[in-house]
Amino acid sequence: MGMIIVTETVPATTDDVAFPVARGCPFAEPAEYSQVREQTPISKVRLQGGTEAWWVSQYAEGRAILADRRFSSDRRRDNFPIPGADKQLRERFRRQAPSLIGMDGAEHAAERRALIGEFTVKRLAALQPRIQQIVDGFIDDLLATRQHPVDLVRTLSLPVPSLVICELLGVPYADHDFFQSRTALLISRRTPEPERARAVDELRGYLGELITRKESEPGDDLFSRQIARRREQGALDHPGLVSMAFLLLAAGHETTANMISLGVIGLLNHPEQLAALRADPRRTPMAVEELLRYFTIVETATSRVATEDVEIGGVTIPADDGVIVSGLSANWDPSVFAAPADLDIERGARHHIAFGYGPHQCLGQNLARLELQIVFDTLFRRVPTLRLAVPVDEIKLKSDAPIYGAYELPVTW
Amino acid sequence: MRIKADTGVCVGSGQCVLTGPAVFDQDDDGIVTLLVDHPEGEAADQARDAVSLCPSQALSIIED
Repeated sequence: MGMIIVTETVPATTDDVAFPVARGCPFAEPAEYSQVREQTPISKVRLQGGTEAWWVSQYAEGRAILADRRFSSDRRRDNFPIPGADKQLRERFRRQAPSLIGMDGAEHAAERRALIGEFTVKRLAALQPRIQQIVDGFIDDLLATRQHPVDLVRTLSLPVPSLVICELLGVPYADHDFFQSRTALLISRRTPEPERARAVDELRGYLGELITRKESEPGDDLFSRQIARRREQGALDHPGLVSMAFLLLAAGHETTANMISLGVIGLLNHPEQLAALRADPRRTPMAVEELLRYFTIVETATSRVATEDVEIGGVTIPADDGVIVSGLSANWDPSVFAAPADLDIERGARHHIAFGYGPHQCLGQNLARLELQIVFDTLFRRVPTLRLAVPVDEIKLKSDAPIYGAYELPVTW
Repeated sequence: MRIKADTGVCVGSGQCVLTGPAVFDQDDDGIVTLLVDHPEGEAADQARDAVSLCPSQALSIIED
């Protein structure tokens, strides 16, 4: 039955294409996206891995769905869209305690409220001097490097957010090789399932032991404060805390690292934009918003399942159908962002949905903003002659990964 | 104009504080608090932007 729907609603030229589509170039959305957005903005598509889901490609409908509580984020539901997922991966999602991103309604609201106080604008502003110190430290090391080219991913993009999140959460930074490599395995679609499952088990095992240690010897960190808070409320739930820890550690370093790398590529490739940024650091916050829009690195976290029939954009999405709101497609919707392929730091892109929208909008978004602003300001000020050491098309990009980014970024100066 | 904040649906994204720091603040648990009820001039424009950016639609404007 499903196949009939696919052939009826997807234009002939994209019905053999699996979504999301791998990115061919960092400065363009996949050609199929603009075609679908114009012709069938809400339509059923085939996903990588063979299942299907509704693909929502326009900004207005995408935002409306993400704010609509008739759509569930519960990854244990049968039709929750997980591109590339096989039966084993789905089974694992059913067994594990859900984290914040997989909860709905009152359960989600309570979990989010337990955490959001850690990420207020005020709390993050207090971290600014320490983040600046961290960024300066890694740039000191970078400048002391004699062997060129230097891989910016290994020397700056990954270390900065990793150290920042370690200090905030209370994870020993000395373990960074371990958690960075396991995170890289678990988010890559190329990782065979048994290996992915092992990476998840190892990371959960590690965080489980860390949480157990902090239950008896609390420190001055987020994990310890969450343990205390839940204990006070009589709701200390070890597997739930491990899921929370897992989400915050993985999301806290991998995403920001990829945005640092792509932001550097984007700015170096648009020298007039970089010059404008350098001329006035007050432009940095807007530049960060534009880079977030332009690259929209997380594409399928904004997936949902309809819990009842929902009419939207002239289409009825039936109950229990999976939906993917493509953040990239929405952020390149020309009716909202004119000439979306132009990187324009002055366009005013604050309303992008790179951090999602609705009750699940990224918990760490203001930490990410702060880190990105400090990194771009400091890097281009202290290394003014920074340049790519290879042509852009030779940079190894995470073209088919659920989180877009660069595997390596050879630079020199 | 008057600004209204529904603390029951606020998810603490902090978008309003970034957009209109003279109008909005967050309490220790991250939930929106209003610094002024009747923003004027630039603050009123910021308040309007914050209403459209708020991911949980916790903010609304009541025109006088």
